[in-house]
Amino acid sequence: MTRFTVRTVPAPDRAEQARYDLRTVLGSFELANPVMTASGCAAAGRELNQFFDVAALGAVATKSIMVNPRSGRPTPRMAETSSGMLNSIGLQGPGIAAFLEHDLPWLAEHGATAIVSIAGSSVEEYSELARRLRSAPGVAAIEINISCPNVADRGLVFACDPDAAARVVSEVRGRSAPSVPVFAKLSPDVTDIVSIARACVSAGADGLSMINTTLGMAVDMDTMRPVLAGVTGGLSGPAVKPVAVRCIWAVHAAMPEVPIIGMGGVRSGLDALELILAGASAVAVGTAIFHDPSAPTRVLRELRDALVARGFGSVADAVGHAHRPPEPHPRPGDEDAVDDLETAGAEG
Amino acid sequence: MSDEHGPVQVRGEVLSVRRVGGYHHMALTAPGVAERTRPGQFVALAVGGPDTGLVLRRAFSIHRVSSRGVYGGTVEIVFAVAGAGTAWLAAQGAHAIVDVVGPLGKGFSLPREPGTATLVGGGYGSAPLFTLAEQLRERGCRVDFVLGAAAADRVFGALDAKRMASTVAVTTEDGSTGTRGIVTDVLSDVLDRSRSDVVYACGPMGMLRAVSAVAAHHGLPVQCAVEESMACGVGVCMTCVLPVVGDDGVTRMARSCVEGPVFRGDRVRWDDVGSIPADTYGAPAGGGAAR
Ligand SMILES: Cc1cc2nc3c(=O)[nH]c(=O)nc-3n(C[C@H](O)[C@H](O)[C@H](O)COP(=O)(O)OP(=O)(O)OC[C@H]3O[C@@H](n4cnc5c(N)ncnc54)[C@H](O)[C@@H]3O)c2cc1C
Ligand SMILES: Cc1cc2nc3c(=O)[nH]c(=O)nc-3n(C[C@H](O)[C@H](O)[C@H](O)COP(=O)(O)O)c2cc1C
Ligand code: FES
Repeated sequence: MTRFTVRTVPAPDRAEQARYDLRTVLGSFELANPVMTASGCAAAGRELNQFFDVAALGAVATKSIMVNPRSGRPTPRMAETSSGMLNSIGLQGPGIAAFLEHDLPWLAEHGATAIVSIAGSSVEEYSELARRLRSAPGVAAIEINISCPNVADRGLVFACDPDAAARVVSEVRGRSAPSVPVFAKLSPDVTDIVSIARACVSAGADGLSMINTTLGMAVDMDTMRPVLAGVTGGLSGPAVKPVAVRCIWAVHAAMPEVPIIGMGGVRSGLDALELILAGASAVAVGTAIFHDPSAPTRVLRELRDALVARGFGSVADAVGHAHRPPEPHPRPGDEDAVDDLETAGAEG
Repeated sequence: MSDEHGPVQVRGEVLSVRRVGGYHHMALTAPGVAERTRPGQFVALAVGGPDTGLVLRRAFSIHRVSSRGVYGGTVEIVFAVAGAGTAWLAAQGAHAIVDVVGPLGKGFSLPREPGTATLVGGGYGSAPLFTLAEQLRERGCRVDFVLGAAAADRVFGALDAKRMASTVAVTTEDGSTGTRGIVTDVLSDVLDRSRSDVVYACGPMGMLRAVSAVAAHHGLPVQCAVEESMACGVGVCMTCVLPVVGDDGVTRMARSCVEGPVFRGDRVRWDDVGSIPADTYGAPAGGGAAR
């Protein structure tokens, strides 16, 4: 199902598109294509595999796993908001042992590339998770969800404190197999995201994921009380896309060499491209899955069309494109440039 | 990928929307959904059209399906206008396109032996009970209905019920039709008179809890189709949970969209819905606030 059409240029040649190389490189981490699921919006892939082949995605980022099984927060856990939603799930999950026994092997058997997201309430817990994952086969990368309260610091979220974030990252990096890339997932709820990003990279993060949800709240007009049992919740969906673009833009501008997985409000190929132009080398689809369970494959298809239509020869050519000064000549998307993808790609 | 039992995602075309009392009845084509559906399962519809700000699907019990006929497979739902999403659905005319995901969840399980079943529906909660009644009848079961609602225009399907059931008891809170009161005011009597072997119920959570208590009092098994707010409907988001006791006696926060919506009434911890009972698997020791 296509929600929009990019027809500023002639319809791209289907055969051309089928051949289009969507590979993307995030440092040492190479993906067959740049579209993946966002953590917490795809569980561990099984359910979505009913709608499309999860192995066809660049990767599946699994729901953040903790050391122990976890029941999560009371309900209601969600509220729909304008072009978005609030969630307060509280990381309900089976714990690392069950994850390693049931979920990770399933992803491997089905040929999916697994990015394992981990979450903890202390540096020690993150460290324990990294240790347990080290001997597990099928971990393509680790994403550290640092938007978790640090019990040792009165519940201050790791992602909001450069030192705490760096301690977690350096611990996880140190304990993980050197060949497994480690991404730190940043929260937009900080004064200066670039300083947190720098702290994570200095501590050894191979790349950064952004953005996690931004804290919000809704009051029910009938009960005149907070909608969510947890009072506040994380805002996601199309409503947060501009926040994601801003964060990716700022971090890519400061550290263009650091690979970024972008997420936040992506529901179409053009949304994905927007995050890529701002500096992301791969893009995750989250809340849009709830609206359209086959959104990740649709976004991938639409992204390929959008790249072709704009004359980008590869994903890499588009990464951070928005940072380049405007060109005096026709843009690679203009009618004349489209025919010759190679030339256009070289220009773009 | 999708097998013959799993859900499918299809572009449905609206065949008709008409008012039925205080509700709307919608029929739409949904090839592939009808063939797979069991009574008690539901569909999740995308509402609001392309580029809508309503980012979550709306869940509706499947009222009827037909896998034959000129339209291929069709699905019927019955809904009350509750907010923007259901208002949008009510405003759709014939030929409108609605994206359908279904059938979702676990439906009612049917008894192996013929017996007597009492079906309890609250408001639009009766919608999924008629196909259930038909299948029970096909298996040689006696069926009795109890339908309750706030007022007469919110009692759905009393005529259909009369056609299928040995007896139909109707209750309304305002007394505008049937007995004034709620379903549990008459349920005990119905269970005794019909010598019921099993109870099936769908309706508001408060009703399900009360029906489960009455069934327990009579020593009868009860299956309840619950209604929890759902973000994804397909099992990936963990919003739709409620405390349910498993076969091993351990309480877990179960996803009502995939492990339900039909649960054994004696397994749902009705008093604790909306909270995490302290003995739940994985319950917090100190209570974290991670997200
Ligand atoms: C398994 C299941 C079966 C259902 N079957 C029916 C049915 O047969 N007929 C019918 O009329 N309604 C049914 N509902 C309730 C129906 O989904 C809601 O009335 C509908 O989502 C309201 O959407 P809205 O935009 O009009 O209301 P709003 O209040 O604006 O909705 C806002 C948000 O809250 C959610 N929400 C609001 N009310 C409910 C509710 N009662 N249950 C779950 N989520 C809710 C919506 O999905 C949406 O995300 C069912 C719900 C579930 C979970
Ligand atoms: C229901 C839900 C659960 C989420 N769970 C997690 C999680 O476990 N770990 C995590 O890092 N991010 C989690 N997220 C955040 C998403 O991965 C993503 O960063 C965010 O929602 C923004 O992307 P989106 O707008 O595409 O959803 C969750 C988001 C939602 C909506
Ligand atoms: S609604 Fe998402 S898991 Fe049930």
